[in-house]
Amino acid sequence: MSDSVDPMNPTEPLGKLQKPATAIPSMAQVSKERRTAASTVLQKIRTSHPRASRIPDTVFAVIILLSAISVFAIVVLVAWQLIDKSRLSLHQFGIGFFYGHDWDPVAGSFGAMPFIYGTLVSSFLALLMAVPLSIGVAVYVTEMCPQRLRAIISFLVELLAAIPSVIYGLWGIFVLAPLLREYVEPFLARTLGWTGLFTGPMYGLGMLAAGIIMAIMVVPVIASITREVMTAVPQNQREAVLALGATRWEMIRMGVLRNARIGIVGGVILGLGRALGETMAVTMVIGNRPEIAKSLFAPGYTMASVIANEFTEATGDLYLSALVEIGLALFIVTLIVNALARLLVWSITGGTARVRA
Amino acid sequence: MGVGIEVRGLNAWYGKNQSLHSIDMTVAANHVTAVIGPSGCGKSTYVRCLNRMHETIPEARAEGSVKVGEMDVYGSGSDPVEVRRRIGMVFQKPNPFPTMSIYDNVAAGLKLNGFRNRKQMNELVERSLKLAALWEEVKDSLHKKSGASLSGGQQQRLCIARALAVEPEVLLMDEPASALDPISTSKIEELIFQLKQHYTVVIVTHNMQQAARVAEFTGFFLMGSLIEYDKTEKIFTTPADKRTEDYITGRFG
Amino acid sequence: MPNLSAQSAPQQVGLVRRLTNAGATTFAVAAAILVLVPLLAIFAYLVIKGIGSVNWAFLTQTPKPPGEVGGGMANAIVGTGIILAVASVIGVPLGIGSGIYLAEYGRNRFGDLVRFTADVLNGVPSIVIGIAAYSLVVVPQKHFSAFSGGVALGIMMIPTVARATEEMLLMVPNVVREAAYGLGIPKWRTTLSISLRTASAGVITGCMLAFARVAGETAPLLFTAFGNQFWNLKLNQPTAALSLQVFTYAISPYDDWHKQAWAGALILIVLIVGAVAAVRITTSRGMMKGA
Repeated sequence: MSDSVDPMNPTEPLGKLQKPATAIPSMAQVSKERRTAASTVLQKIRTSHPRASRIPDTVFAVIILLSAISVFAIVVLVAWQLIDKSRLSLHQFGIGFFYGHDWDPVAGSFGAMPFIYGTLVSSFLALLMAVPLSIGVAVYVTEMCPQRLRAIISFLVELLAAIPSVIYGLWGIFVLAPLLREYVEPFLARTLGWTGLFTGPMYGLGMLAAGIIMAIMVVPVIASITREVMTAVPQNQREAVLALGATRWEMIRMGVLRNARIGIVGGVILGLGRALGETMAVTMVIGNRPEIAKSLFAPGYTMASVIANEFTEATGDLYLSALVEIGLALFIVTLIVNALARLLVWSITGGTARVRA
Repeated sequence: MGVGIEVRGLNAWYGKNQSLHSIDMTVAANHVTAVIGPSGCGKSTYVRCLNRMHETIPEARAEGSVKVGEMDVYGSGSDPVEVRRRIGMVFQKPNPFPTMSIYDNVAAGLKLNGFRNRKQMNELVERSLKLAALWEEVKDSLHKKSGASLSGGQQQRLCIARALAVEPEVLLMDEPASALDPISTSKIEELIFQLKQHYTVVIVTHNMQQAARVAEFTGFFLMGSLIEYDKTEKIFTTPADKRTEDYITGRFG
Repeated sequence: MPNLSAQSAPQQVGLVRRLTNAGATTFAVAAAILVLVPLLAIFAYLVIKGIGSVNWAFLTQTPKPPGEVGGGMANAIVGTGIILAVASVIGVPLGIGSGIYLAEYGRNRFGDLVRFTADVLNGVPSIVIGIAAYSLVVVPQKHFSAFSGGVALGIMMIPTVARATEEMLLMVPNVVREAAYGLGIPKWRTTLSISLRTASAGVITGCMLAFARVAGETAPLLFTAFGNQFWNLKLNQPTAALSLQVFTYAISPYDDWHKQAWAGALILIVLIVGAVAAVRITTSRGMMKGA
């Protein structure tokens, strides 16, 4: 800022006036000082970010990157091990492995259909019971519950998710199965036996028990996602429906559930993913017999259960390889199901949903 | 045909805070009445009490007498669902149903009320869209376009059509044009002018020029009380209360 | 012109709608109750059936041979501790590292891919992870081990810890980081000493949640840690674990073992609920601190 008058040495303008002891700096003076101050800060930054500190920064970044890559590496490793160790069985049986109805390791026949059937039926049964219950709970907590109860009930539902599978199984064997055997199954046989679904000997343990236990385990998953997507529906949608003259249920149906339905479907699919991979509780109550039966009272066997039960007893490489191949199939199916679910849920909540699987 | 509204001694609370103090107001049938006032004066709360939307907020309640035609809104036998069917509401931010087509949006209220006859529904939807001055623009894509795919001004007219489809006697509008651009705003204002032939309209607005353009009667609210209520012309030219005058001349708010 | 107000029999329509509304409300309430009943039942049974068998002998002795009454799960309790320690050593650093990547370096397509992969890993059935751990660790080592069990559980901890770390770090306002940079603090220092420290409460929450989740896992341990009826403190030998022991005892034919299964389950649930409760307390305190 060039000025014709040098403020440090004022000549004519100040004239006879005494220069004050502490000269009030003029604009030019102040700006010059400011420039000096700025360059000092810059200098400080430059000196404290010398080349030397770039090395620790780079090292740190590399370490962090490696951690992130480890996630990939692990998934790849898991997939590779599954494929590698099931090669023998894949080679031997081909695609027929999954059609075969006969699982008799002693005789050397390895057909995985009973397990696929068991997995699908038990999961489907579980979802059949869990979906209405989960949506019901979610609707209650989000739209009907008094404010004070809201936190308590949602905490309790989440607590259901914290109970380990083996404890569900323990409870299933000693509490649920006798209950089914003594009361529920006879009742079902009497009333609905004609359907063919509720016939045969009543052990308590079997497909029905497995379905019920899995339903309880899957409810927290579906309920929490349903709650999240319902809460994400803006309040003005609810008001719009109410203002037309709707009852509370009609408001929920048209204003909330309708808007949230994609996310709810995602939640259900995620619940399916959880059910498909469920191992311990199912193993403990399903009866573990590799048979395909129509009745829900009959024992069954799932893909996860056969691995859990027979892996350490597997005699021979082919046997083990067959079990690993079942594991591979499970891996691929749950991968697809979970990926689909995440896509659906993220499309609603914009990638921020915290899914407690 | 619209009906008149008689409000006597209306009080409203949010939890412990009283937001409306003993409001008395007679709204004339088939006229447009504006409710103006600074932010937080209770004008939105007031209007939401007329169709019992206020109580849908947790911890909110209202007491007093509101008679819409012969319907005693807060009477002992009164059903809020029926009240809200007969008093329509249009909100500040247009809120069409995004998962429904234009047709389904307008028909939503009809379906709720158990309407099944397709032919009658088609007629009613067309009539409502015509009343809302939207028919010409959407008649070819009624079922193809979703409610959310329209422009802001069109969405608001869609919401008006939706509200009109259930044949209310009164139409409440809570700052219906404040989220819209000037051209859409003037279209809405034109619309309101037409609507008063069939309905009684109460419009909340923070825009005094809008009130002057559109409404025949105006009520000025301040801190939960109705300060002055008279013909719009009188309010804006010779207000009786000093506070009204201060607000009109821009001394506050 | 059809007139709704004059619609015939409005009362009848009203009744159906009112009934539907009441029905829906009843269903929702019933669903809430029905869902909570098993929760209460499980906890009640755990306490009723388990508390009787949780005694000093149970907590300090190892199992007796099958059929003999008595003995305890001391080795299983310790074994669980060892396996979880190994799991944490693997899972926590990798999880936090991945979380830091996602929050601080990975706001891009690659980061999205990592996040997606972490979610995929989260969804892999635990028994499949067990197969992989068996194949990667047990087979080359030629024996079952606590280490392999820890590897399996550690892998399962990573996605939970990573997600929590990322979320918490994202909540640290950018101005805090900029203030640090402005003072000349290098990025690595800022991330560790400032961002991570601010987010520490939430990160600890995530670690404890992951911990609680894997503490109860049984399936992956079936052919990694394998279980052991005797004491074992060595990392490369088969080791007992609470969850495994509960499973083995529950499916056995012995009454006494059934009782001990309940006791073991009770201890396991106390451990897990304790961790979850601690999480809740730290979160509420953490909120106060970070606010």
